Amino acid sequence: MDRFAALVDALVYTRSRNGKLRLIAEYLRATPDSDRGWALAALTDGLDFPAVKGSTIRTLLMERVDPVLFALSRDFVGDTAETASLLWPEPPGEIAPAPTVSEAAHALQHMTRATAPAGLAALLDRLDANGRYALLKLATGAMRIGISARLAKVAFAQAFEVGIDDVEEYWHGQFPPYAELFAWAAEGAPAPDAAHVPLFRPFMLAHALEGPAMKAMEAEFTGYVAEWKWDGIRVQIVHVAGETRVYSRSGDDISATFPEVAGALTIPAVLDGELLVRGSHQGGEAGGAASFNALQQRLGRKAVSKKMLAEYPAFVRLYDLLIRESEDLRPLSWEQRRAELEAFVPRLDPERFDLSDVIEAASLDDLAAIRERARDDAIEGVMLKRRDSAYVAGRKAGLWFKWKRDPLLIDCVLMYAQRGSGKRSSFYSDYTFGCWDGDPDAGAEPLPVGKAYFGFTDEELKFLDRHVRTHTVARFGPVRETDKSLVFEVAFDSVHASKRHKSGVAMRFPRISRIRTDKPAHEADRLETLKALIRD
Amino acid sequence: MSAAFTWLRPEPHGIHVVPADAWIDPARPAGLALVTHGHADHARGGHDRTVATPETLAIMKLRYLTDAGASPVGYGETIRLAGGVDATYLPAGHVLGSAQILLEHAGERVIVTGDYKRRPDPTCPPFEVTPCDVFITEATFGLPVFRHPPIGEEIAKLLKARADNADRCVLVGAYALGKAQRVIAELRAAGYAEPIWLHGALERMCRLYEELGVDLGDLRLVTDAPKGGLAGQIVMAPPSALNDRWSRRLPDPITAMASGWMRVRQRARQRNVELPLVISDHADWDELTRTIEEVNPAESWITHGREEALLRWCQLHQRKARALALVGYEDEDD
Repeated sequence: MDRFAALVDALVYTRSRNGKLRLIAEYLRATPDSDRGWALAALTDGLDFPAVKGSTIRTLLMERVDPVLFALSRDFVGDTAETASLLWPEPPGEIAPAPTVSEAAHALQHMTRATAPAGLAALLDRLDANGRYALLKLATGAMRIGISARLAKVAFAQAFEVGIDDVEEYWHGQFPPYAELFAWAAEGAPAPDAAHVPLFRPFMLAHALEGPAMKAMEAEFTGYVAEWKWDGIRVQIVHVAGETRVYSRSGDDISATFPEVAGALTIPAVLDGELLVRGSHQGGEAGGAASFNALQQRLGRKAVSKKMLAEYPAFVRLYDLLIRESEDLRPLSWEQRRAELEAFVPRLDPERFDLSDVIEAASLDDLAAIRERARDDAIEGVMLKRRDSAYVAGRKAGLWFKWKRDPLLIDCVLMYAQRGSGKRSSFYSDYTFGCWDGDPDAGAEPLPVGKAYFGFTDEELKFLDRHVRTHTVARFGPVRETDKSLVFEVAFDSVHASKRHKSGVAMRFPRISRIRTDKPAHEADRLETLKALIRD
Repeated sequence: MSAAFTWLRPEPHGIHVVPADAWIDPARPAGLALVTHGHADHARGGHDRTVATPETLAIMKLRYLTDAGASPVGYGETIRLAGGVDATYLPAGHVLGSAQILLEHAGERVIVTGDYKRRPDPTCPPFEVTPCDVFITEATFGLPVFRHPPIGEEIAKLLKARADNADRCVLVGAYALGKAQRVIAELRAAGYAEPIWLHGALERMCRLYEELGVDLGDLRLVTDAPKGGLAGQIVMAPPSALNDRWSRRLPDPITAMASGWMRVRQRARQRNVELPLVISDHADWDELTRTIEEVNPAESWITHGREEALLRWCQLHQRKARALALVGYEDEDD
């Protein structure tokens, strides 16, 4: 447990992603089975010990520490597990050796609500403050130390020099402490068998079509097929052995968020498509999809109400067919898979699945014109896929390209700035900008419309940092308000009506496109100009 | 408060010793100030007469550029004030020159601890337990979550971080008076003989410590470092400089901070600290409660800090106690 506690502590204080990856990888390499398996489960939110709750910890402490002192301490520290780890009275006399992670995990697994208090206390008595903190975090299944499941899996892949896509593929059928996974990655044992579990298969991804790729595409256009790039979320739907899962692009299981989609696939298959909500914005009046804004109402919910299901019904527009009835189609060319997909779609519920159209375009110029017209339909852009390419994980050169619509642009005024984190912690690098709410020469004030923290070079960042420091008019904690003198050209993908913001608009994916030192602030755009771009 | 102690009155801006018309650590200019130690929130300038240890007076002169009205008093020395009040200065173990003040009047004994700690500190003499009727104690770390680890463990963490990162430097944020010199002295005691690089704001205080007989070894200014010369080195700066523009000149620094607050993870994270060093010049919870037991006063008065928890502890242990609402003491950087 000492080594795991040291890892947890180091992760709390390490800000950089690479630093975190290195720490986890070193731990996984140096720690024996099955300690490292349980630790990995803790880092990937894969643990659940139903007998131990936050209230178990509170009750334990109340028996040992004065309740008023506990409450005052908890208020100051702000975290029950940490407070308990610091307040725990160490037993007098010789302390028994610390439990290993797997010993602790086994003990936690076998606890009931009745035995949990005594069992947990016995473990805590054998640990120091950092060990107690790590144990309590592990026991309650809520690490909350800024590590995503994906990050831990990438660290696992780096630790043993295996492919992250393979790790993702084998992960889903495995359970803590992941003995087969470690045997495969660390000792070269055969890969775990994944035939009977609804596994996530890593997505095939696209490069942006720009620069030299654009030139090459003009010459080889006939070797590629064009498709719409719909503005929803990319999903994979897997059905095997009577079970269906919907996976997001990061491989998270989102079946519970979209039960109507998960329930609609009953044929063993793996499908790739765009999850959308019914509406009239994308792809025509009838049978179309709503804007991304409508889909946003459905995202991130663990339980979905009937009202939600009725108001924002979801469906999937299919791009690809990876596996059909246990036959892996991924090695086939796009053209062969497309033929299989077209033959497969009629077997599906038309309410929940349709086919993404292929775009007929004679040349890249022709496609450019079609792409430009697509703005009104709120489509994100177009895709170009090599006709003879297999379905391969990740982003491989020359196979798939995405060609997004050019971004929208607007001139905004810098209003507030905040210091960044990590490497940028001494720089004011997070900017809030606004548009004039009327005529600035007639006394109108700007209203905030968005926030951005990238899109500029290191040199520009130094300039902006200096500007903020010398143009500060007020401070609110970590935030500085600047005089309204600097204009940004802001690029963004789309803008939507929003009740949450005073300006009434929310921008999607805003970034600083140019710093317009040449432009006087009163010539920045007005809010009405931005509102005219709303396509909700 | 018992009627017997009416000659001592806690006011919001300090403790008033009525018969002598003297103030202890007053937050505003007074005729006669009895100062416990040199931290700016306790030792303010502008008093007509200031009674303090020679070291504290030297620290105040460094800050306020004058020693007008300075009245030195050594440890164990008693001075007679107006109105029949005797004041004796006793070591408090907080920083160089820090003192508890024992006040005697009409057969009653009161101790004002100022800030104190019970751990050994190579830069100042240790706290002396002295019997009294009223014990006026600080409570900066007056919560049972604060248990400072042995300083040797924290110094070892610092040296390990330096050894493990040859191409980076370790930047240690430390309070300019006391903490910085204690960390340097502890590094020297642990056998670290390399130069230690200072932010300009720490230089004068370190030089003063050396003039007063505390050996700190090879100290240099960051501004004098050759290009690329700070990799693998230890740099010290006041906490305010850690995340400021000043630190950009350093080679990918590992940000450390030496403070009792580092015990709480979120406090360290809020300050962007990568290497928290739990080193404090204040008594932790166990020291606070042990000291009350050892001094065993008839009453404890609790000042600046987390008074409620220590008050609660006194109640639970059937000790008479009250909280004083003094203002103006800031210990966020300790």
